[in-house]
Amino acid sequence: MNKMESMTGAKALMTAMEKEGVKQVFGLPGGANLPMYDEFSRCDIRHILVRHEQSAAHMADGFGRVSRKPGVCFATSGPGATNILTGIATAQADSAPMVAVTGQVPVAMIGRDAFQESDIIGMANPVVKYAFQPRSAAEVPETVKKGFFIAESGRPGPVLIDIPKDVQTNEAEMVFHDEFKIKGYHPWTDPDIVNVERAIDMLLHSEKPIILAGGGTIISSAFAELQAIAEALMLPVVTTFKGKGAFPENHPLSLGPIGMHGHAEANKMMAEADCVLAIGTRFSDRSVGTFEAFEKRLKIIHMDVDPAEIGKNQTTQVAVVGDVRASLRIMVKLLLQKQIKKTEDNTWIKHVKETKSYWKENLKLHPGEMGAAKLLRKLRELLPKESIVTTEVGQHQMWASLFYDVIQPGTFFSSTGLGTMGWGFPAAIGAKVARPDVPVVDIAGDGSFSMTENSLATAVLEDIPVIVFLLNNSSLGMVAQWQRTFYDRRMNGVEQNHCPDYVKLAESYGAQGIRAQSMDELDKAIKTALSSDVATVIDIPIDPEEDVLPFVAPGTSLSDMILPS
Amino acid sequence: MWAILSILVENKPGILFKVTHLFRSRNFNIDSISVGVTENPEYSKMTITTYGDEKQVEQIVKQLDKMIDTVKVEHLDEHKTVYRELSLFKIKLSNASDSMEINKLANAYGGKVHDVKKESIMVELTATPDQIQAFEELAKPFGIIDVARTGVAALQRSGA
Ligand SMILES: Cc1ncc(C[n+]2csc(CCOP(=O)(O)OP(=O)(O)O)c2C)c(N)n1
Repeated sequence: MNKMESMTGAKALMTAMEKEGVKQVFGLPGGANLPMYDEFSRCDIRHILVRHEQSAAHMADGFGRVSRKPGVCFATSGPGATNILTGIATAQADSAPMVAVTGQVPVAMIGRDAFQESDIIGMANPVVKYAFQPRSAAEVPETVKKGFFIAESGRPGPVLIDIPKDVQTNEAEMVFHDEFKIKGYHPWTDPDIVNVERAIDMLLHSEKPIILAGGGTIISSAFAELQAIAEALMLPVVTTFKGKGAFPENHPLSLGPIGMHGHAEANKMMAEADCVLAIGTRFSDRSVGTFEAFEKRLKIIHMDVDPAEIGKNQTTQVAVVGDVRASLRIMVKLLLQKQIKKTEDNTWIKHVKETKSYWKENLKLHPGEMGAAKLLRKLRELLPKESIVTTEVGQHQMWASLFYDVIQPGTFFSSTGLGTMGWGFPAAIGAKVARPDVPVVDIAGDGSFSMTENSLATAVLEDIPVIVFLLNNSSLGMVAQWQRTFYDRRMNGVEQNHCPDYVKLAESYGAQGIRAQSMDELDKAIKTALSSDVATVIDIPIDPEEDVLPFVAPGTSLSDMILPS
Repeated sequence: MWAILSILVENKPGILFKVTHLFRSRNFNIDSISVGVTENPEYSKMTITTYGDEKQVEQIVKQLDKMIDTVKVEHLDEHKTVYRELSLFKIKLSNASDSMEINKLANAYGGKVHDVKKESIMVELTATPDQIQAFEELAKPFGIIDVARTGVAALQRSGA
């Protein structure tokens, strides 16, 4: 029964969020959201204070990706609201469920350039799934209900709810409906069985079929289905970078991520394939190189929840629109019914396996003791398989792609769409809030970590012990690599000159800082971090000249990969 | 390909901005646009004409469809649709005979004449963009002082 109750808009917001199951929000207060903050003393929602609103959004994002429920972040109007924009855009680019709640100046002040007024709805519109600005207190409950629904259903994404101050303070008779209608929103389509049958047919009639699993596979948790299909049809599996770990990377059919910094074997096999089953991917330029070269050679079967992705970047032969897990389930069922099963005994699979083992053995690695591959393999060896890993953006991210194998699907997260430096650490904090029972590690570079390192305060004061695995090359390494490769070693704006000292920095926040300069030290450091109940930064000095290879230069195709010489 | 899109949207502030912004951000083009409330005041109808190959137009329709504020998006078949644009032309009168000739021209295109002055005349023309274009070509030699066009409004024929 929907009982009417008189309360303020701010109270209604909290009540509605509690009904959505929100247990905590990440945020920072200000004048325009004080009425909402006041409600934290009267409800069971935990407020986790950040030092910069961008981090609040990234934490909500990390929480959302791991729990698949929208993470919530709070910011005040004006600069608070603009500060979370990067986090919102990051979530949009990677289809992460999020609800961002901002304060706004009172309705009567809107449009008058009031103190700390910004048109956040106008600014955010291009980077949200939807934005609301309730203009009366009574609208709040339904706005929240719709907001959470939009954020998590279909292709997930960030929703902004901008609440003017007087809407927070005004009282109204509130009705908390369970049902509502959004006329123009149809997040679900049932997959068309006929198209799934055509897909199977196409896969069976091609000589070199391959699976390309994207982030959508992870969002819909289609792991078991993906593995069943790969094994039944003996299909090698490559992923996009966002789809990394959709399929166990220690599986014999796994080739790892393709793309600009994909595995050599994955790019080679993708370039040779004649038919691809692409699952939950938008065929980003970082994954497939030039679009034309890609679609020219390949028959493409595309499964996606978002109909607008079909044909956006690639022309497809067969399209299956719908939740990819639902689509794959139909496929599994049909394969069982028709008793379709292929054996390992075919030339394509043999060739795939040979290529894979060739590159596993022959890829040139950094000769030093502290080369990236060795460091990441050590991390893999010591982390329990259910650990969650986030990354920042740069070389360390791509080394993680190459050398850190995800064994339990869905435990690896990165800012792949927007490529936001500073995402990984706060996202790790959000992930740890969602999964306090497993170790959470941010694989970081010094440049990225610098951008949101003040979240150490949150990790320490709020008791959220995450590990920062800092590959410290004292530079903006990825940009430095491009300057070495494409700008004749003219190094501009890339040196960070060993500043700050990250061990002292961590300690000054009350966290644990450990420097690891040898493999032994690293071994000990990881073990110490795993057994500590405080956030730990492991500072690992590495060679600033180490490049990430292989590399597919921008604007070229996967077959034009640059390999280590 | 020239395409006519009919878009039913919720009649709420800010939606025109969102729709036009979608075109800009996705690198599509708006050729003409017209908006008006429908018989149900909850909805407005936008008619947008655009150019693009088949794939592009399909993508525009999908992206518009994906927008939460759009209730229905249709790519109308030009041949099964009545579509019109309103235009106003202010044309120069240089010779004594100009006025009569422009009157004749306007009549031939089903236009109406307004505001006849000594040095100028205004023609109102409701027609397809092609016809308006053709009229403009013929009026050019007289000297066009100013033009205003509304953008296309379109409805599919019954039973089409
Ligand atoms: C917010 C932001 N600014 C700039 C960039 C461009 N950028 C991409 S990688 C990179 C360098 C990253 O340096 P670091 O985090 O130290 O990682 P490394 O490459 O050294 O491993 C930069 C500046 C970015 N991706 N994000």
